Amino acid sequence: MAMTATAGHAHADPHHIGLVIEHPGPASKRIVTAYGFWVFLLSDIVMFSCFFAAYAVLSGQTAGGPKGSEIFEQRNVAIETVCLLLSSFTCGMASIAADVRNRFWFYLGMGVTCLLGLIFLTIEFREFADLVARGYGPSRSAFLTAFFSLVGCHGLHVSAGVLWLLTMMAQVFAKGFRADVLRRMMCFALFWHALDIVWVGVFSVVYLLGSAA
Amino acid sequence: MLGKLDWSAIPFDQPIPLVAGAVVLVAILGVLIWVVVKGHLPYLWSEWITSVDHKRIGVMYILLASVMLLRGGSDAIMMRIQQAVAYQSQGYLPPEHYNQIFSAHGTIMIFFVAMPFVIGLMNLIVPLQLGVRDVAFPTLNSVGFWLTATGALLVNLSLVVGEFARTGWLAFPPLSELSYSPGVGVDYYAWSLQISGVGTLVAGINLVTTVLKLRTKGMNYLRMPMFCWTTLASNLLIVAAFPILTATLAMLLLDRYLGFHFFTNEAGGNVMMFMNLIWAWGHPEVYILVLPAFGIFSEVVSTFSGKGLFGYRSMVLATMAICVISFMVWLHHFFTMGAGPDVNAIFGIASMIIAVPTGVKIYNWLFTMYGGRIRFATPMLWAVGFMVTFIVGGLTGVLLAVPPADFMLHNSMFLVAHFHNVIIGGVLFGAFAGFEYWFPKAFGFRLDERWGKLAFWFTFLGFFITFIPLYIAGMLGMTRRMQHYDVAAWRPWMIVAAIGMAVLTIGVICQIVQLVVSIRNRESLRDRTGDPWDGRSLEWATSSPPPVFNFAFNPDVRGEDAYWDMKVHAQQQSLERDRPEYQDIEMPRNSPTGFVCAFFATVMGFALIWHIWWMVILGGIGAFATFVVFAWRDHDEYVIPAQEVAAIDRINLEERRSLVSMAGPV
Repeated sequence: MAMTATAGHAHADPHHIGLVIEHPGPASKRIVTAYGFWVFLLSDIVMFSCFFAAYAVLSGQTAGGPKGSEIFEQRNVAIETVCLLLSSFTCGMASIAADVRNRFWFYLGMGVTCLLGLIFLTIEFREFADLVARGYGPSRSAFLTAFFSLVGCHGLHVSAGVLWLLTMMAQVFAKGFRADVLRRMMCFALFWHALDIVWVGVFSVVYLLGSAA
Repeated sequence: MLGKLDWSAIPFDQPIPLVAGAVVLVAILGVLIWVVVKGHLPYLWSEWITSVDHKRIGVMYILLASVMLLRGGSDAIMMRIQQAVAYQSQGYLPPEHYNQIFSAHGTIMIFFVAMPFVIGLMNLIVPLQLGVRDVAFPTLNSVGFWLTATGALLVNLSLVVGEFARTGWLAFPPLSELSYSPGVGVDYYAWSLQISGVGTLVAGINLVTTVLKLRTKGMNYLRMPMFCWTTLASNLLIVAAFPILTATLAMLLLDRYLGFHFFTNEAGGNVMMFMNLIWAWGHPEVYILVLPAFGIFSEVVSTFSGKGLFGYRSMVLATMAICVISFMVWLHHFFTMGAGPDVNAIFGIASMIIAVPTGVKIYNWLFTMYGGRIRFATPMLWAVGFMVTFIVGGLTGVLLAVPPADFMLHNSMFLVAHFHNVIIGGVLFGAFAGFEYWFPKAFGFRLDERWGKLAFWFTFLGFFITFIPLYIAGMLGMTRRMQHYDVAAWRPWMIVAAIGMAVLTIGVICQIVQLVVSIRNRESLRDRTGDPWDGRSLEWATSSPPPVFNFAFNPDVRGEDAYWDMKVHAQQQSLERDRPEYQDIEMPRNSPTGFVCAFFATVMGFALIWHIWWMVILGGIGAFATFVVFAWRDHDEYVIPAQEVAAIDRINLEERRSLVSMAGPV
């Protein structure tokens, strides 16, 4: 057929001049999956950046309500941050364990990641509940609206991550370290680390700058 | 139990939506009954609804867009009639109904006609042009399509159950806030866009990955057909812009559902933030739509001029330049809102600069035609019609990019005429060109040329008769979205515009007739060669319609215009060459995941609109369960044995051999 008719007859293509490397063809499934997930993560970060922008615009609009420095508790935020950063480490351990097909260390790593994630979520939930109880809910002022939305959006992602994490553990339990399960594990790890990066942003923009102001 | 939903949601006192709804309902029921009685249901389910084949999904996208084009078109007809008769009278539409119509018209035309049409064409053609077997994530592709369909379904549901937004197609606050729009209209708007927006994002991620990671051997970046380039640019914009829409709508919904204060008038909310966010999505959206159309015109002009595309590299550069600059112009949508002269000047200049790469493209198309052997087949007519129309639209755009001129003309009929000029003349003409051009590839027979040309001429003339008067009315001071008016000078132009609408409608009818006639005469229009237009890119290298695996062998690309090269070489060397052995091909297995997901998304969306919380939870659990079940599959691929591949490919091979021998020496 015509398609291979030119095989072995590379004609004078101007683009062959110099160091143009021939494209080798479609990438492997692993690369395609990871690449696609990276693209998704970038889009997710764009979404977060909108909430960051909204927070930046509205952070001064307290409408007579409390300012950030009056409601943020440094100690809790410090514990939250430690939990999340540590969980990225344990998630990395679980990834390595999955790569070497070690079930024990995989379950341990994922279990600890889950636990740290849950501690993070509990502290965040208590912070929110406490603020609402004091009458500083999201409808009190535009500042609180932006605060609850940005931090809550991150919290929602962490919750989804925990759900995904448990599904991954169940998948490894039921199916072992199959190629498609490993690809999903890789995506999960990317997701979890990306949440860490977003949290560093939240921590700096909301809590550090807010407490300083 | 049923939240805000009760019998008052059905507009028993309004005959127009009720009758329209009843007709649609009867039509849908009729089709369903016909499908079931004729026994087509298993075929539809296994071959189309659960299909993960990019070609089938592409066709379904285009089908959805075509149906919604009729819906959005009837809204347009109603608006033109209203403005023609509403001089010193109320017209025939009550104001709140008219407001719903123009909001629905804009929403539907952008989100459920233009978007699915271009995404459908990209889905259908890009993997073929890249010489690969499918998109990067086939099942996700199906999910994306069905979520788009969910959004369309919800919009149409609002016709009968409840109401649609009366806020315009972008639902500006504070009008769209709960205090000014307490009904469910804005909720219908927001949830249908939220759900279909997820579908669009999925399609965007899929196509970006496909273009960047799945090209066949030898398909270097600078050998990709132009349509693949514009697809890449358009989908990069989707990935970067649609999350902004998601976030903005989420904020609006939080305001409406939970009493947040993002965009409210009180407690420090900021309405201008909505404008900035929505246009930071909305302006790139324009280019998301028009860039694929540019790609289609590039393919069509080059094929029907019998020449390679002039200035291929400058075309790539122009495409990517538009991709970047489109993010730097959003503020021209609110020049008049007091941003100050410096900001206005910067964004005015950015808006004018984006006309430069667009101009480069127009010249490239003209130079491609220059000295070529031009054939005026229907797709080429659409392409040439586009060049004329789009230049007018582009020039009025540059005019509006001048802040002082914009102070005079913003929110007038001039603006309405301008964006219809570029979107009909650009996107819709491109969609029709692509439809005519690639129809034989998708179905194996050509469309009737005579009716196609009639459709083109009626649409082309109808377009100018409709929208030139709107430019003039805008110059005379007529603002947009008027239910009725008392200025005598506007009246004649509104009547001419209504006549133009009638001509446009004849164009649409011609297109429907063309489809019917072509299907009826499909045996005489049959294309056995797979290459009816003497094409240049790889989609023409396989049979029409292509086998499920697209190519028996991964094509090996050695230059621009890959298939043209192959044809030329094949003629010089004859086709008697050694071929590698056929091999087994693994293809993704069909999956109902997309359809089931969309079912739960519809349930959830409807429940959210009407505040039926138990149903929301049920829909959420269902969607999660679907994902888990999908993740639990053990066999997601099936194997097509080598003999079957050989049998399918041999037919294509024979046809092509006779094609080459018929053509004679070069």
